[in-house]
Amino acid sequence: MPATKKLGLKQKYALMTRGLDWETTYQPMEKVFPYDQFEGIKVKNWDAWEDPFRLTMDAYWKIQAEKERKLYAVIDSISQNNAQLGITDARYINAVKIFIQGVTPLEYQAHRHFAHVARHLRGVGPRIAAQMQSLDELRHAQTQIHTISHYNKFFDGMHDWQHMHDRVWYLSVPKSFFDDAVTAGPFEFLTAISFSFEYVLTNLLFVPFMSGAAYNGDLATVTFGFSAQSDESRHMTLGLEVVKFILEQDEANLPIVQRWIDKWFWRGYRLLSLVGMMMDYMLPKKVMSWAEAWEMYYEEQGGALFADLGRYGIRPPKHEDVARKEKDRISHEVWAIFYNYTHAAAFHTWDIDDEHMRWLSEKYPKTFDQLYRPRLLMWRDMARAGKRFYNNALPQLCNLCQIPMAFTEPDDPTTICFRSSELGGDRYHFCSDGCKEIFDQEPEKFVQSWLPVHQIFQGNCGGASVEDVLKWYHLNLGADNLDYAGSPEQKMWDQWMAGRHVAQAAE
Amino acid sequence: MSVVALKPGYKGEVLDRVENFHGNQLVYLHWEDHLSFCAALAFPLPPDMPFGAILKDVLPPFYGMHPDWLKIDWSSVRWTLDGKPFTPDPGRALRDQDIRHKSLLRFWTPGLKGPRDSCS
Amino acid sequence: MTQNVSITLQNTPDARPITEAISEDNPKAVVANYPSMIKIDCPNRLVIRADSVSKKIGRAWDTQEIHLSLITLSGNIDEDEGQFVLAWK
Repeated sequence: MPATKKLGLKQKYALMTRGLDWETTYQPMEKVFPYDQFEGIKVKNWDAWEDPFRLTMDAYWKIQAEKERKLYAVIDSISQNNAQLGITDARYINAVKIFIQGVTPLEYQAHRHFAHVARHLRGVGPRIAAQMQSLDELRHAQTQIHTISHYNKFFDGMHDWQHMHDRVWYLSVPKSFFDDAVTAGPFEFLTAISFSFEYVLTNLLFVPFMSGAAYNGDLATVTFGFSAQSDESRHMTLGLEVVKFILEQDEANLPIVQRWIDKWFWRGYRLLSLVGMMMDYMLPKKVMSWAEAWEMYYEEQGGALFADLGRYGIRPPKHEDVARKEKDRISHEVWAIFYNYTHAAAFHTWDIDDEHMRWLSEKYPKTFDQLYRPRLLMWRDMARAGKRFYNNALPQLCNLCQIPMAFTEPDDPTTICFRSSELGGDRYHFCSDGCKEIFDQEPEKFVQSWLPVHQIFQGNCGGASVEDVLKWYHLNLGADNLDYAGSPEQKMWDQWMAGRHVAQAAE
Repeated sequence: MSVVALKPGYKGEVLDRVENFHGNQLVYLHWEDHLSFCAALAFPLPPDMPFGAILKDVLPPFYGMHPDWLKIDWSSVRWTLDGKPFTPDPGRALRDQDIRHKSLLRFWTPGLKGPRDSCS
Repeated sequence: MTQNVSITLQNTPDARPITEAISEDNPKAVVANYPSMIKIDCPNRLVIRADSVSKKIGRAWDTQEIHLSLITLSGNIDEDEGQFVLAWK
């Protein structure tokens, strides 16, 4: 018997990703693939698609199985060894709450929609890549639920995250972001999620978050995070390939792709302002500031990427100059939102101590001492006098990103940026030119925004009082919400730490 | 209105039309230079409410906790309505001075800019 | 214009020989350590040679094993059984 020769990677990829489909006979192709043309993208040759990793299904299963083996060994160890005791401070867990409430449901949405895209593109190469990503995203949702469930045994705010994701005011920000993407056509979805989010921006979510988790003793998050992140590299590559593939197919595709890149850069950037707050305010031990992460992962890496895409006629996303101007303030502005409305959130905020202010002052020399320190000190003084500052009125929201209208003018950090459009006798408000322009492109889509504040006033959220609404959110009042100071969580943590000190003293 | 949609003639439902607010209209109010209140405030108000009630009844429970609130000299306050200079008449109804559904009222209180003039 | 390509790997025993091989095969590579991860930047082009990693671990290293250690990257990828290349054109 002749020995079978081992196939090279390129050969194997060619054999396992081509010629697997068929031309329809008794139905027109357009009826079998109804979604891949209405966006105006022209594709001449689907076979021009190539995955640079050249990953085939057999290798995929082997690699993923190995990742799962490693991950679940650690998950067992986390629960057996009371890993919750190893974190730097209970305040840290609030970042994990935001993650399970805001990000994990997006992983599941991504799973569903990549399955849809895998079904509805005509080319086998991109279908296989989308299929693998669909499986990855399901794995991410599952592993996040498994690991974070350990913290749910001890800490508040994580008991009903899927329900909260569909209802709670600040979670409408990530939810509406993804709803926008999945209700677009498949090419916009891929440009939005695979390219603009995964390639251009996701490093800002995962890398500092996971490194921050490692630095703060959160083994659980580090483990699922890096296990997921290894898939992300593949997703990023898909994103870059998608954009290059579309651009190479037909020059008429360029303006459509550019518009999507402009739109989804801005949407992703606004969404990530929540991560900026987490990095600058919620990590007891800090890895890097939001501004530093933005410089490293967007200005430097994104700069190299868009220089490279210049050969296709792509220019850097519109309004990246605004993001550059805002980098010294958005984390502070978003912290103000959540400090104002912690009584209505399923996580805690707190007053900032002197040591933390010193760090913020060092990282934000142009803005912190002048603009934010006096604010934080005023709040802290009020809290110490027994009058903790809560904003008891509801905020005006941006009709597009759905974040409270807290962002300031690009050239004036002391004045809120108000933008608006008028349409059909109605007025729509936006936090930025970026959000306004996205609305103006497709108003028919965004007049439907489910804005939590307006829904409360329309009587669609469980009742008229704050308490009614919070119950409708499934918040445990007095535990999930309000300041960390005086929370059941703080009491529990202080007891744990007191126990540790007693044990240390006895040794 | 435009949209990229699979179905020709696709129409979206306007979720925030005034009829959905049970006789009220939305009004946004923003006290400039006081960003310890992170954003403008949203209120559902009856269109026939006199403007004076906003100053007397609507705002004080929310802005009153700020040390600058009681120092405001209302005769020197500068207003804009939907981006244009505006002189409110406290005795007239909102609807009678062109304060419409989802109008934005911004006001500046001269000499008051929060602690250490930080616009907080 | 010179632009950096970049690769970030986990700081684990599996990834360490890869990081070492990168440093040796790419003299211009700059290695930065962060909690639990290592970021390597290199002007224009960076190569990971399967041979170099194999020598360090004493068995044949498959380039696709990179997926077990990879956190993120920046640059166009070209991968085959001999090497993994990251480059801006």
